Amino acid sequence: MPDSIPENSVGIVKSQTLQFNTAIELDCGQVLNEYELVFETYGELNQNHSNAILICHALSSDHHVAGYYSMEDKKPGWWENYVGPGKPIDTNHFFVICCNNLGGCKGSTGPVSINPETGKLYGPDFPIVTVKDWVKSQKALSDKLKINKWFAIVGGSLGGMQVMQWAIDYPDLMYHAIVIAAAAKLSAQNIAFNEVARQAILSDPDFHQGRYYDHDTKPRRGLMLARMLGHITYLSDDSMRKKFGRDLREGKINYGFDVNFEVESYLRYQGASFVDRFDANTYLLMTKVLDYFDPASEYDGLISTAFKNTLAKFLVISFTSDWRFSPERSKEIVKGLLDCHRDVSYFEIKSHQGHDAFLMPIEDYMNVFSAYMETAATQKGLL
Amino acid sequence: MRPDLEIISKWIRPNSRVLDLGCGDGSLLKYLRESRKTSGYGLEINPENLVKCLRAGINVIQTNLNTGLSQFNEHSFDFVVMTQTLQAINRPDKLIQEMLRVGNEGIVTFPNFGHWKTRFYLGFGGQMPVTRSLPCQWYDTPNIHLCTLKDFERHCADHNILILKRAVVNINHEQTLTTRLFPNLLGEIALYHFKRAQ
Repeated sequence: MPDSIPENSVGIVKSQTLQFNTAIELDCGQVLNEYELVFETYGELNQNHSNAILICHALSSDHHVAGYYSMEDKKPGWWENYVGPGKPIDTNHFFVICCNNLGGCKGSTGPVSINPETGKLYGPDFPIVTVKDWVKSQKALSDKLKINKWFAIVGGSLGGMQVMQWAIDYPDLMYHAIVIAAAAKLSAQNIAFNEVARQAILSDPDFHQGRYYDHDTKPRRGLMLARMLGHITYLSDDSMRKKFGRDLREGKINYGFDVNFEVESYLRYQGASFVDRFDANTYLLMTKVLDYFDPASEYDGLISTAFKNTLAKFLVISFTSDWRFSPERSKEIVKGLLDCHRDVSYFEIKSHQGHDAFLMPIEDYMNVFSAYMETAATQKGLL
Repeated sequence: MRPDLEIISKWIRPNSRVLDLGCGDGSLLKYLRESRKTSGYGLEINPENLVKCLRAGINVIQTNLNTGLSQFNEHSFDFVVMTQTLQAINRPDKLIQEMLRVGNEGIVTFPNFGHWKTRFYLGFGGQMPVTRSLPCQWYDTPNIHLCTLKDFERHCADHNILILKRAVVNINHEQTLTTRLFPNLLGEIALYHFKRAQ
């Protein structure tokens, strides 16, 4: 709980929900006749609606990007370091929006919503969505909010994939594309990690083919394992060594399978607390969204061809210690943009925090991000 | 604008696509964009310079030039420029080849090791030269591959590279009568414009 809200925070925030009654045709062939999106906004939309920034969230995060829900709130939103007054995404100048994506479990239509056709929870029947589907639904949201052209669309990891899809699908509806710690498609190793996470959930006896709600239970062990595995891949060897080393929980080895090392305790805690705030069916869906993302597949397998019609100015950022979405993957994005002569700047930030670095306050990263946003805002006459 | 950059900008045709290797704070690219309507990218490695490039509004790609230019396709630029960086590269010969792979024409500038002061320093003093254009000590200098005008021109001749233009300036980046008369002795900074000989 914050004693007082820091001055450079957006402060106490509230989420909003919009209902959409225009059907959305999904990549998988199914149609969602109606759906809801929950979102948050920070800052003020200016008169000609030219200062709007869309933030796209990653695998397990949501629309709560910045600020606190109440004075009792333990933690601010997931990108508090980068969104707020005087921060790189400066809410003194920009109007910021982030929505929980379709298939999510934080208020937008997803497995834990009621299926209007059956009157019961969707559960495993919720269709498998894609990044393209999400971008379509975000476009519907921008139409409702009367934002004709985004000043920038920004995202890290899976969020960065949505930014690229936006730039490809709606080239003239955005000025800036900011793609952080992302990839143009997952590697086999990355898909393999997701598959282990899915198998952990699917093989949990409490999973009940995804209908665990009917059995008043949830696949706790499976989801916990999935999160523990994921968490390891978001950190780096170096950051784990720095954080935990081989420190022992009770100061000595206990010759058993209970928690011995600090790192074990940490992972169990992370896994267990994740189970309380996340839905297993949503987790399964999100990993599939990641696996299926490959915009080049519609363009002869060439990402440079996919980028050919883009008009946005790109900022691409990677982190040296990120091995889940390594700098090499970001360089592939940059190469695709260079091949078709797009405006792009690329930065490889020195960091030890692994994939999670994109959430952390890192000086070089802050400087680059701020410099880009300020320069872009000045050029557009927003500053 | 620094006189040497002024000279370079005169060599670059309007509306060209330019790649600047080791672009520093981006001032050359910014000047070229404004005066010559060029487009393109700067490559830089220093984080502070990278941020300055962003503030100058130019496209900059964080790159270690020692790993080559593999991210660029053949002949994707009209000009590839490299100012005061050649001497700090692990293999300048390979990078010059790379410049002429991704660009149609190249422009380099470097400190002339044949200048009388460096000759004097080494010849009479018996020590590695420390001068205004080469201010570092032998152990901490980034300048690991120094050459003279003669060296560079011989390298070009041996490697099928045609020199289109040459300018030689003093430390204040000015061309004077003496730098014209005795370039390899009195010129402190050399500027070359070259392309692949047919």
